[in-house]
Amino acid sequence: MAGVAGVNDFQWCFSQVKGAIDEDVAEADIISTVEFNHSGELLATGDKGGRVVIFQHEQECKNRPNLRGEYNVYSTFQSHEPEFDYLKSLEIEEKINKIRWLPQQNSAHFLLSTNDKTIKLWKIGERDKRAEGYNLKDEDGRLRDPFRITSLRVPVLMPMDLMVEASPRRVFANAHTYHINSISVNSDHQTYLSADDLRINLWHLEITDRSFNIVDIKPANMEELTEVITAAECHPNQCNVFVYSSSKGTIRLCDMRTAALCDSHTKFFEEPEDPSSRSFFSEIISSISDVKFSHSGRYMMTRDYLSVKVWDLNMENRPVETYQVHEYLRSKLCSLYENDCIFDKFECCWNGSDSAIMTGSYNNFFRMFDRNTRKDITLEASRESSKPRATLKPRKVSTGGKRKKDEISVDSLDFNKKILHTAWHPKENVIAVAATNNLYIFQDKIN
Amino acid sequence: MSEEIEGTKTTEETVVNDQNEMDDKVTSPEKVEEAKLKARYPNLGHKPGGSDLLRKRLTKGQKYFDSGDYNMAKAKVKNKQLPAAASEKSGGGEITGDHIPTPQDLPQRKPSLVASKLAG
Repeated sequence: MAGVAGVNDFQWCFSQVKGAIDEDVAEADIISTVEFNHSGELLATGDKGGRVVIFQHEQECKNRPNLRGEYNVYSTFQSHEPEFDYLKSLEIEEKINKIRWLPQQNSAHFLLSTNDKTIKLWKIGERDKRAEGYNLKDEDGRLRDPFRITSLRVPVLMPMDLMVEASPRRVFANAHTYHINSISVNSDHQTYLSADDLRINLWHLEITDRSFNIVDIKPANMEELTEVITAAECHPNQCNVFVYSSSKGTIRLCDMRTAALCDSHTKFFEEPEDPSSRSFFSEIISSISDVKFSHSGRYMMTRDYLSVKVWDLNMENRPVETYQVHEYLRSKLCSLYENDCIFDKFECCWNGSDSAIMTGSYNNFFRMFDRNTRKDITLEASRESSKPRATLKPRKVSTGGKRKKDEISVDSLDFNKKILHTAWHPKENVIAVAATNNLYIFQDKIN
Repeated sequence: MSEEIEGTKTTEETVVNDQNEMDDKVTSPEKVEEAKLKARYPNLGHKPGGSDLLRKRLTKGQKYFDSGDYNMAKAKVKNKQLPAAASEKSGGGEITGDHIPTPQDLPQRKPSLVASKLAG
């Protein structure tokens, strides 16, 4: 079971890879978000071209009990299109920043997808029947002459090939002056929040012409701007609580019951810094790129440039766990600043039981940490290790002078191959890893 | 602590402090990297994580401009020092306003009509 075994006890195997193999990657094909739905049956991806592709988990094959089913394309649609705001001379990218699924309430599936400015609610529904035997029209749709009809019949529902249709049900627009970085569905299943660099808004899923501003950190004088909001999330079971992280490495927890405008926080999480170790890079690498509550709601995890930290919501003055993702990059900060990699926004995720966490790195490496055993592992998403059911070999970056066989030196890492987006199935040991324009799916070998 | 003790600094102390700074530079990889960066970009601002970088982030996507930007850009060309500084990594990298766009200049952003290759 996932909770008991350590990460090194897992045997992660290659399952599938989606996307083109060609070296020339079109900008539009770069995957920008990956998200499982609440049951894990569906896996959604968004890309820079504004497109959403949803995969569905097929039923396990009875002939091969050792394999979990595969994910195959279920639906794909164009969610957002490029726009130009003529009033502000602002180009609005169609890139999908985030996708969040709504909990399933009927046979259809709903998700929220957002670009920099507009959030959309999409309904993905199935149609596998159609009515036949209409009175007023033929089977091919032509209208029948009513005077020729001599008898009445009741149309019957006949099965048809499954058709999956995606339709936009709501468009939540014009509420953000700055770029939206996060959306999060509330546990009340009625509201959700959207956050941009300076403001957070609360929406009702049914109402598109009104939004409540709940956090506003815009200073009266923009010259005094010192920090921006980098991520926000609703608490998984307390519908009045949410958190937001900042570019200064702090997290604020807010309670919507205290005031209409949550500018003053209920809790403030910050790790004390040693002032003598402060450098030009300190603030930049402390900027939090992702914040995620644990499924239990007791903990939250933050990702900054070099590490992942787990915080106990009951303790504000320091994290309870810190995991180094790629500490060897600390002596490369100068070049990482020059090539802008230092601003890369990595995400992080919990496994279903909150016993393990995963995040990406460079060279198509991704890291997993076991919270119980404190063991960690580095794996690679590459075409070379993509043979069916092949077990992934742990990778290692050599930091010292002597490079062992099979290790890769820091200077040989490919900083263009970044894994920013990963997702862990909510119930099973299945993970989805986005490597630029390819989506890898790995599974734990069932023994 | 009394002011007296804080105020006086013997030469010995100064030497020890310098030594500590040198140790910091040697032992802290971050400070080594910082020194490298400052050597390459001497004009780098002193508020690195602050206003400049953040404001650049907020104005991402800003394509064109108004007449105010145009006149500012014209003024910058006269002052030869500024363009060099602006092109460095001090947060002032993009200069808007240096030319007037015409409809022919504007790149046409059309939505992808091609399906995602993930669905292939």
